[in-house]
Amino acid sequence: MSDKTKSRDFHQARWNEPIIFDLSTPGERGILLPEMEPEIETSAGDALGELPGDLKRSSPPGLPEMAQMRVLKHYLRLSQENLGADLNVDIGQGTCTMKYSPKINEQFAASPQLSGLHPVQDENTVQGVLEIMYQLEQFLKAISGMDRFSLQPGGGSHAILAIVSMIRAWVDDRGLSDTKDEIITTIFSHPSNCAVARAKGFKVINIYPDPKTGRPDLEAFKEAVSERTAALLITNPEDTGIYNENIKELTDLVHAHGGLCSYDQANANGILGITRAVNANFDFCFFNIHKTFSSPHGCGGPGCGVVGVKEHLIPYLPVPLTSFDEANNRYYLDYDVPKTIGKIKDYYGVIPAMIRAYAWIRSLGAEGLLEAARVAVLNNNYILNRIRAMKGAEVPYAEGEHRIEQVRYSFQLLKEETGCGFDEVQRRICDFMCHLWSSHEPFVVPEPFTIEPTESYSKQEIDEYLAALEKIIEEACATPDVLKTAPHNSPIHHVAEHEYLDDPKLWAVTWRMYKNRFEGYFEPKKEQ
Amino acid sequence: MARKFIHPYIPNSVPEVQQEMLQEIGVKDIDEFYECVPDEQKVQGKLDLPDPLLSEAALKRHVEGILARNQPAGNMINFLGGGCWDHHVPAVCDEIASRSEFLTAYAGEPYEDHGRFQALFEYASMMAELLDVEVVNIPTYDGSQAAATALSMACRITGRLEVLVAASTAPDRLSVIKSYLYPDIKVNLFDYDPDTGLADLDDLSARLSDQTAAVYFENPAFLGYLETRGQEISALAHERDALSVVWTDPASLGVLNPPRAYGADLTCGEIQPLGIHMFMGGGRAGFIGAPDDERYIKEYPSRLFGIAPTTHREWGFGDVAWERTSFASRETSKEFVGTASALWGIIAGVYLALMGPEGMRELGENCIKRTRYALNKMAGLPGVKAPAIGTHFFKEFVVNFDGCGKTVVHINAELLRRGIMGGQDLSQVYPGMGQSALYSLTEKRSREDIDCLVNELEKILSS
Amino acid sequence: MFRLGLIINPVAGMGGPLGLKGTDGEEILELALKKGALPQAPSRAAHVLKALSQEKDKICLLTCPGPMGADTAIQCSMPFETIPLKINQKTSPEDTRRAAKMLQQRSVDLLLFVGGDGTARDIGSAVGERQLCLGVPAGVKMHSSVFALSPHHAAEIALGLIKGRRSQPRLAEIMDIDEEAFRADQLRARLFGYLPVPGSQRGLQLLKAGSSASEKAKQQASAAFFVEEMDPNRLYLIGPGTTTRAILQALGQEGTLLGVDALRDGQIIGKDLNEKDCLALLDQAGFEQATIVVTPIGGQGFILGRGNQQLSAEVVRRVSKKQILVVATPDKLQLLRGSPFRLDTGDPELDRQLCGIYRVLTGYRESAYYRAEL
Repeated sequence: MSDKTKSRDFHQARWNEPIIFDLSTPGERGILLPEMEPEIETSAGDALGELPGDLKRSSPPGLPEMAQMRVLKHYLRLSQENLGADLNVDIGQGTCTMKYSPKINEQFAASPQLSGLHPVQDENTVQGVLEIMYQLEQFLKAISGMDRFSLQPGGGSHAILAIVSMIRAWVDDRGLSDTKDEIITTIFSHPSNCAVARAKGFKVINIYPDPKTGRPDLEAFKEAVSERTAALLITNPEDTGIYNENIKELTDLVHAHGGLCSYDQANANGILGITRAVNANFDFCFFNIHKTFSSPHGCGGPGCGVVGVKEHLIPYLPVPLTSFDEANNRYYLDYDVPKTIGKIKDYYGVIPAMIRAYAWIRSLGAEGLLEAARVAVLNNNYILNRIRAMKGAEVPYAEGEHRIEQVRYSFQLLKEETGCGFDEVQRRICDFMCHLWSSHEPFVVPEPFTIEPTESYSKQEIDEYLAALEKIIEEACATPDVLKTAPHNSPIHHVAEHEYLDDPKLWAVTWRMYKNRFEGYFEPKKEQ
Repeated sequence: MARKFIHPYIPNSVPEVQQEMLQEIGVKDIDEFYECVPDEQKVQGKLDLPDPLLSEAALKRHVEGILARNQPAGNMINFLGGGCWDHHVPAVCDEIASRSEFLTAYAGEPYEDHGRFQALFEYASMMAELLDVEVVNIPTYDGSQAAATALSMACRITGRLEVLVAASTAPDRLSVIKSYLYPDIKVNLFDYDPDTGLADLDDLSARLSDQTAAVYFENPAFLGYLETRGQEISALAHERDALSVVWTDPASLGVLNPPRAYGADLTCGEIQPLGIHMFMGGGRAGFIGAPDDERYIKEYPSRLFGIAPTTHREWGFGDVAWERTSFASRETSKEFVGTASALWGIIAGVYLALMGPEGMRELGENCIKRTRYALNKMAGLPGVKAPAIGTHFFKEFVVNFDGCGKTVVHINAELLRRGIMGGQDLSQVYPGMGQSALYSLTEKRSREDIDCLVNELEKILSS
Repeated sequence: MFRLGLIINPVAGMGGPLGLKGTDGEEILELALKKGALPQAPSRAAHVLKALSQEKDKICLLTCPGPMGADTAIQCSMPFETIPLKINQKTSPEDTRRAAKMLQQRSVDLLLFVGGDGTARDIGSAVGERQLCLGVPAGVKMHSSVFALSPHHAAEIALGLIKGRRSQPRLAEIMDIDEEAFRADQLRARLFGYLPVPGSQRGLQLLKAGSSASEKAKQQASAAFFVEEMDPNRLYLIGPGTTTRAILQALGQEGTLLGVDALRDGQIIGKDLNEKDCLALLDQAGFEQATIVVTPIGGQGFILGRGNQQLSAEVVRRVSKKQILVVATPDKLQLLRGSPFRLDTGDPELDRQLCGIYRVLTGYRESAYYRAEL
């Protein structure tokens, strides 16, 4: 390991910025609004005063009063206390595909030619954005082999909602509501699969992994499938990074029993150009534009989930779709979807994310997408090889096998030997400018951590991350207290007292609630 | 075999680096990693995508060429509203929205991502002041999702499975609500008066039952008018132990009373007016406000950020979580939590901090008075009925052109030629209202803009 | 003030270093003492008290006189009160039971006991499900899940409670060696009861999804699912465990926690059945018309053979594998860490036949298919 990859002496900005309400000075203004012209004043008269009694606001809202620069400063300081992917080696947030969001695409997304569009302005005036939406759909069709896409959902879970709503409509349409009431998924799948299926009136069956191979237990699956199966919701590869070569056996089985198959492609980044949804006979698939297709994650959104379907399911898609009228050479919003589930989102979807995806795909082309996938997989196996050799870390399932784009590891051994497990490592790794993420619930793998490098980080950067991990493991053995009291170089120190987040009598989710309960620094408010 | 495709977004596309890594792993070629994919499942050849635009200059030229074909309403005299509004977006909002530190962050801990936790806590807190509630969630996908989720929460809180929704609800929002609540929760509508737009209290009363979980209405309404009897609607709901759920426009709350003042138990809405560009309807985020009541807080499916002490007396944050200790027999699934619209929450917070109480008051005043001015002038046009529905308005109103013998399509096409975006055509969605359009007046519409509109309309209608 | 009860079993763990299997029973104890065994429990207890002394201002410590508590408290400079328990130099299980009852009557917030499975059984028989307890491991036999991982871990949990951290209590199993089986040279654990212990205190990073259900709520959920699917004409033999008991509670009835109860048409038709009773009912019901409902017991995922020995090989042979239904919360499955269910009916051939996939009710309208192996 060269000097270049030794862990650096990192300290994140620590501003101790007050809560914004404490920055308020009565009378200060952050921005001024247009003044009413005399003609408007005359014509409008006392429009406000004329409002019926209880419609008028009686006292002004308790918002802070701050001059403009101070507002800017406050938020810029907070931004320094936030470690976006652009700043760190963000490979520790497994399943999230924290790849580079090209800045040229940000220019497109922020362009007034996009930001200034109103959703119901005449279609002839928005041909540009409609073309982008239409072309993006064509790209997604090529990438997946599906026949039609809706770009409407606002994220992966939202896409699952759209898909399961369509499954519901399809089942009801066939008069099978009483007989087809089960949906099969795997325990490694995103919890939204289970939650949405139940919300749409289905019973959920979770398939656990085969303890050795890590693939969904095939025998268990065969027991689970029946004429009651409405659909299978599955991810491949799963969050373990293991590709299930039997996937077509699963989809064939479900189809044989008259059910539908949906492909959660949150983990598409390692298989772009390698295999497609159509290859395993899926009826539905969805992608996360803010994962595989480079749209930034925005601290937790906005994201964009796009749903692809095979021809026989097109009639159920949310409206509108984007279509092309060849005769008149124009794009248009298409509401002719005879059995549509309706709308699941305002208007048409997250347009800025779509243009980023469009630009990203145009920048890379087929060869680029393939190279992105291949390098993501190379990076991941490189890391896997190094972590296998690390003390205290284990790689459950599929011993000795390669993985696709991410791996689910375990720090159970480290926990048993040193008393430090995932929680402690996660808090300490902040001191090395990095993140580490565990797993969705339930934790089938104990003390889990998941690393997904994507194609965006160089070997040197990956080595730096691994060096940090190795150092922390060393510390866990020799000086565990450093981990237990971590972080030390972060914007704040350890939030040790969880009761302020667990106890309904103590928690405060707004400043107003805090002021109702406490004074000073968490001093219980004295009864008046 | 090393491939020679080097791309700026893929550092390890350099063949020598790949070789080094492969050697360390002990594998000859990346293809080996894909041996687990059966041949029959592999893509044959290349994906059918257009050739790449490898240089940034070529990409920029291409995409901007497409974008040039858009004629943004934001560059014109724009009277479109109806759920997506053309308010001024402060430069500071754009600045913060473009900060990489926020833009490219995601799910870090409240330590290294302390900034986003504090920013979102502050957003929730400022919204709480605006709405006069104690609890506000981290944003949902959009205002319609907020409405649907609020109704779902009401069902869990009351243990009932029916909701009564105002028929005057925005049509697309109603579609989202129905789609979301299907099949477990029944959505019934209650009527409104075609002249005043106000809720038909008799119809509401008749439809309320012991199965009603919530009564839902919007204020301001989609068609722009204000509901003046919110208190009575809430009272009717409460008589039957149902919740009052009200959707509102936060831009109005500097001058208008928040729904809690007229009995709302849950308040929901859209924050796009607070510092978010129109983005063709692609910049949305929703909020749900509630009182400090464990029964309500327990039912939030979205994240709530709480404030907590650290070992060094700093302001720390974390997700508020709690264990639900019993299973209710009518329990439908907890809703799902996924990536929604956090960044817009931060930006709305920036907006509210810039505006302060005085700014919000000025915003409200601008909207109400400009709307009144436009209304008065439009009403003076021959054959025009303005307003076509309602008595009091916030920032939009319906204009009916039946008396002019011209379609809204024609009128808007003519206005467009003159650089004006006319109001939203309602004739398809509300056929009973004839040739009507929804005109929106924000603080951006100057007196000249409005006068120009009226002058041009006069010409168009008389030709 | 946090009222903390403390009982030390001075003889626990003495057999360990000498390779003896526990020290319950006078002869074993004599043997251990003759061989020069030294008390282990007091030092374990001291470790805990020293860690707790940082909060001594918040603690009101109630303990037993002499070697059962007071001696160690003095040694650790912890202020304490003694309960009026009369003991001799040689202490007995009866002393433990009496002490536990006294502390429970004095409303301690937490009853810490230092010992092994034998001690846990004594505590359990005295206070049952009514007193929040936590075991400090000091015995040789440690099959029960009422124990913290170590004295240090026990202190951490206690400190959390003392500082006001909330955690839902969960019922933890008291397991001990099945003496009958032991005499037949088989080492098997038996379920003796349950004690409420502090639930898991989750780290910050688990708190991401808003509300989550407590173990109890999840058990109620899977019980509700069972009731929904229940066939009124079918005989159900409901095995021991808290998850299975939730089924009977969902039907508004009281089942036996450690016993097998029979259910038909939503009514209990037999309580705390032994093997003979089970066989009789099964023969009555007829083949194919019965279902055995079990839940994994003892931490290693045994669905048959640990704690539900009434469901003997003979009983199980009366039904087909398809008629064995498992109920388990996702957390219970998670504890298995990917390891399969295990079987130990006493008949190895039968165990082999029973390997394979089982349907598991895991929540409301939620099930899993999980593997059982030898």
